Amino acid sequence: MQDILQSLVLAVNLVFSGDSDLFEIIGLSLRVSFSAVVCSVVLGLPLGSLMAVGNFRGRQSLMIVLNSLMGLPPVVVGLVVYLFLSRSGPLGWMELLYTPTAMIIAQVVLITPIIAALSQEILSQLYEEYDEQFRSLNVPRWIAVRALLWDARFNLVTVSLAGFGRAVAEVGAVMIVGGNIDHLTRVMTTAIALETSKGNLALALALGLILITISLIVNASLFFVKIRSEQHARSQ
Amino acid sequence: MSKTSNPPAIPIYGNPLPLEVEALYHCINGRNLIDGLNLKLETMGITVVMGSNGAGKSILLRLIHGLLQPTSGSIKWGGEMIGPAIRQSQSLVFQKPILLRRTVSQNLEFVLKLPQNQSKKRPNPNGEGLAMGDQLLKMVGLRSKSNQLARSLSGGEQQRLALARALATNPKVLLLDEATASLDPASISIIEGIVCKQKLLGVKVIIVTHDLAQAKRLADDVVFMSRGRILENTSAETFFSQPNTQVARDYLSGNLSFEETNAS
Ligand SMILES: Nc1ncnc2c1ncn2[C@@H]1O[C@H](COP(=O)(O)OP(=O)(O)O)[C@@H](O)[C@H]1O
Ligand SMILES: [Mg+2]
Repeated sequence: MQDILQSLVLAVNLVFSGDSDLFEIIGLSLRVSFSAVVCSVVLGLPLGSLMAVGNFRGRQSLMIVLNSLMGLPPVVVGLVVYLFLSRSGPLGWMELLYTPTAMIIAQVVLITPIIAALSQEILSQLYEEYDEQFRSLNVPRWIAVRALLWDARFNLVTVSLAGFGRAVAEVGAVMIVGGNIDHLTRVMTTAIALETSKGNLALALALGLILITISLIVNASLFFVKIRSEQHARSQ
Repeated sequence: MSKTSNPPAIPIYGNPLPLEVEALYHCINGRNLIDGLNLKLETMGITVVMGSNGAGKSILLRLIHGLLQPTSGSIKWGGEMIGPAIRQSQSLVFQKPILLRRTVSQNLEFVLKLPQNQSKKRPNPNGEGLAMGDQLLKMVGLRSKSNQLARSLSGGEQQRLALARALATNPKVLLLDEATASLDPASISIIEGIVCKQKLLGVKVIIVTHDLAQAKRLADDVVFMSRGRILENTSAETFFSQPNTQVARDYLSGNLSFEETNAS
């Protein structure tokens, strides 16, 4: 108990003393996960839209694959990305292993399925609702998709935030492909793991507190976006 | 977009009629929901489709609008098979309006801005000088609510918006599926007024309704359905004064409100 309290005090001190190592780690975490989310939205949203409104061969299989990818253990994703990026792997020549880019790639692999599957669900639901009216009006498909994306925009922001939350809190994959190198690939989660194992509980706890705070902020925004979107959907 | 300085009193439409439906079947799970239906409509004006719940009225409306594919049989409008081009010239107002999660005016804009509607010439019945969307909103009495979210409107207002949207495409044929069921009297009278005006403008109107008084107010001719078939197709006068079949007599006297479609 004494330990925890002491660490807590130290942690708070660290945060407010503006420790540069600490802020470097936080900055990298946010940068990596934010980039990953942007890439995942760019990849996952079209995929989700396609599955929502398309009727092509293999749509069902694609959905099953995505849904199972959603639940992939991050360490496995890390391992696979590692194999691809390692010197002898197919992408070894790019020399990305142990760089922030490698971590972004791992997180993209991790959350693209989530974004695709969740946005597919949201868009399908809305599509089902609009479909008959759209067909009655002969709405061209691309306009229909655009309308779905626009009218579901709050829900889609929610999905992206959920993806960010998952990315920033993930440790297994970034540990493997990033290597937790000081001043290079050390992010909050890997630093927490390391500092804890070194017995440096104050720093670990400080990072943990900040991670929780970020997670709280993300969830609070999720909550408000949700409320906003429900008002929008219900429109009283 | 809509500044026609002297709009034609009556737009010159190609005649969409006759509607010819032959040996039409629509089967789901082995049930013939439309059961070898034949129908010919040759006169303009308002056709009222009646029949108890489950008779197949909504399915028929969707079939002749091309929203559902028949299991077999043929549907022709003006000699042409129903398809996207003909659907384009029609509007269907559903019993429960499907509105976009946008404001009232954005719902109209969406339709007006569809590529296929951009080039259409519109009659300018009232509110000259107003943008097309505003004209339509004025017509259905929703101009003051143009910036409100469509789904925050009352049921009657939503249906009026749906009607305005239906007319935004300048249809030759207007289909209404129990569009005024359980609406407030004011909305019903606004909608009926617009429907009558459309008829005068040369639009063929087909409406499904359970409201006998409304049917009598609007109908030029009546199609009476039962169990996926047409039992009567006559002038309104004949139908209301001397219906041919016992089923229709029962329906008119209020003794028949629900029927199972071909239980077998
Ligand atoms: N998609 C469907 N699957 C199965 N049965 C249906 C479907 N749509 C309609 N039905 C049935 O077809 C019959 C006629 O439906 P409908 O045309 O909606 O009747 P109404 O004349 O009341 O509009 C009803 O018994 C209804 O239950
Ligand atoms: Mg019906």
